[in-house]
Amino acid sequence: MGSFAGTDFYDLDSLLTEEEIMVRDSVRQFVDDRLLPVIEQHYEDATFPMELIPAMADLGIYGATLPTEYGCAGLGSVAYGLAMQELERGDSGIRSFASVQGALVMYPIFAYGSEEQRRKYLPRMAKGEFIGCFGLTEPDFGSNPGGMITRAVETKDGYLINGAKMWITNGNLADVAIVWAKTEGDRIQGFVVEKGTKGYSAREQKRKFSLRASVTSELIFEDCLIPKENILPEAKGLKAALGCLSQARYGIAWGAIGSAMACYCTALEYSKTRIQFDRPIGGFQLLQAELADMVTEITKAQLLCLQLGRLKERDQATFPRVSMAKRNNVAMALEVARRSRDILGANGITSEYPVMRHMCNLESVKTYEGTHNIHTLIIGEAVTGISAYR
Amino acid sequence: MKIVVCLKQVPDSETRVKLDPTGKSLDSAGVSLVVNPYDEYAIEEALKLKEAAGAGEVIILTLGASGAATAIRNALAMGADRGILLKADTANADARAISEALSSTIKELSPDLVLCGKQAIDDDGAQVGPRIAELLGWPCVTVVTKLEISPGKVRAEREIEGGIEVCECALPAVITAQKGLNEPRYASLKGIMAAKKKEILEQDVTLSAPGLVTSSMSLPAGRSAGRMVGSGKEAVPELVRILREEARVI
Repeated sequence: MGSFAGTDFYDLDSLLTEEEIMVRDSVRQFVDDRLLPVIEQHYEDATFPMELIPAMADLGIYGATLPTEYGCAGLGSVAYGLAMQELERGDSGIRSFASVQGALVMYPIFAYGSEEQRRKYLPRMAKGEFIGCFGLTEPDFGSNPGGMITRAVETKDGYLINGAKMWITNGNLADVAIVWAKTEGDRIQGFVVEKGTKGYSAREQKRKFSLRASVTSELIFEDCLIPKENILPEAKGLKAALGCLSQARYGIAWGAIGSAMACYCTALEYSKTRIQFDRPIGGFQLLQAELADMVTEITKAQLLCLQLGRLKERDQATFPRVSMAKRNNVAMALEVARRSRDILGANGITSEYPVMRHMCNLESVKTYEGTHNIHTLIIGEAVTGISAYR
Repeated sequence: MKIVVCLKQVPDSETRVKLDPTGKSLDSAGVSLVVNPYDEYAIEEALKLKEAAGAGEVIILTLGASGAATAIRNALAMGADRGILLKADTANADARAISEALSSTIKELSPDLVLCGKQAIDDDGAQVGPRIAELLGWPCVTVVTKLEISPGKVRAEREIEGGIEVCECALPAVITAQKGLNEPRYASLKGIMAAKKKEILEQDVTLSAPGLVTSSMSLPAGRSAGRMVGSGKEAVPELVRILREEARVI
């Protein structure tokens, strides 16, 4: 009760099932009660709200679409998307934490791992007892992950990994890392690396202006010996890594709507109560044009995601389709955040309002998990059949 | 232990209510409905008692229109076992008629304990819990902030003016929940999925004719504009005088 009302100009709730609405409302209430009261301080202090890790586990956020036999919730794709939307309405950093845990670590263990690996990691990760991170990007290989230089050399005891990964969300928090490295013949392979493995270390990347309430780290591998049973048997080739990204991008496309809603609703409320020239500024045509644009763009983004989710439930959310939603929605959210900041004037730059925090976060979200431009090229390739970057 | 929780679906407290054209009830258009917040404490307490005992059943009982099944589903998602919806036209119903219908179902279920919210936040009647107890001939403790169950017995703390009263009674009993009794859990995503498979039994009931009729409803008068008394320390005596003599609040 008394929670965020959301933005639903087109009665999209009527397209959702009862469970989907319940999932959204439960996460919405959680964000209102538990996350919003603490997020500004964590953002300012550049700390992750560790106290929320078990609370989010109780809620069932981690790996929420995976089957119940592994301790997960078994949600449908749209319900999961709505949960991500609400988390990111709180903060992109918290949604990032959940995306990495679920889509980038639990998903590959589920999809590419052995049954022993699933049983070993998934239930504990669903409970938040194990935190995961995902190491693909390297200092010199971002948009071009296939060029990675991290190597895994097979020895009689397992694989010896050498290399470094960068911009790794949850890196320092992680008990388990999914690490991608080149093996014999430059084949890319996924490994499970546990915290404490000799030769594996993480160093936090500080002094960020964005995603401050999220831990970002560099992972370093120096003759790090991984036992053979920690190879993810089906995680072969860059395609497997990109399969994980597709899961995460799907959540981001929904999450961006949450950030946009938080900014738009703040700007809307402000424009109705802020008086200048003896009337609410929302009564001025210039302001109304801003608000009309924002609510229209949010509504379009919602429709993209809703259909993408329905496609995903039919296993038809191809990666160019996911790219379209990620590309559009994040750019839309960033634009909404900037315009909302403008509407709030000087107040918009303070932590009294969530707008500038979302705006700063979204700069990262636009870049990570496939930059805006890379998604442009993925869509370009999908419609022309010609790759612009290979 | 078998526990029945009586639940009412009410307008969200954030809703700005409007009266319907008859002026005798609320306009339901555009009103979002939620589980009565005091009933959430009752649900949580029932779940905690069941978990502590390691066995038992929590049954959600609601009377209302078919849309009230959504509220039951929420309680099932929190962890209750099954629900019963007594479908009835409540437009002219009074607390007696509703309590009669609820208590006759409760009698059939013969639970060890009935938990209700201390009142519904829409009509603030606070009658249904005590009336059910009266109709069943069971003890009733209202406005409870702490509850302990031992074999066959209830120990309850209730809020009274300026303090706490401790009551004991035998089971079966009716308890009405006050804020502070517990912290209601969120419906977990797993719980929401599991709730899909839980049973909600719907029964049509006819309520007895009301003994009490609502003759009219009105919205509170709008607040008049504030008045600036002055600023700085100099304004304090005048402010105190106005608060004392005009507003009579100090």
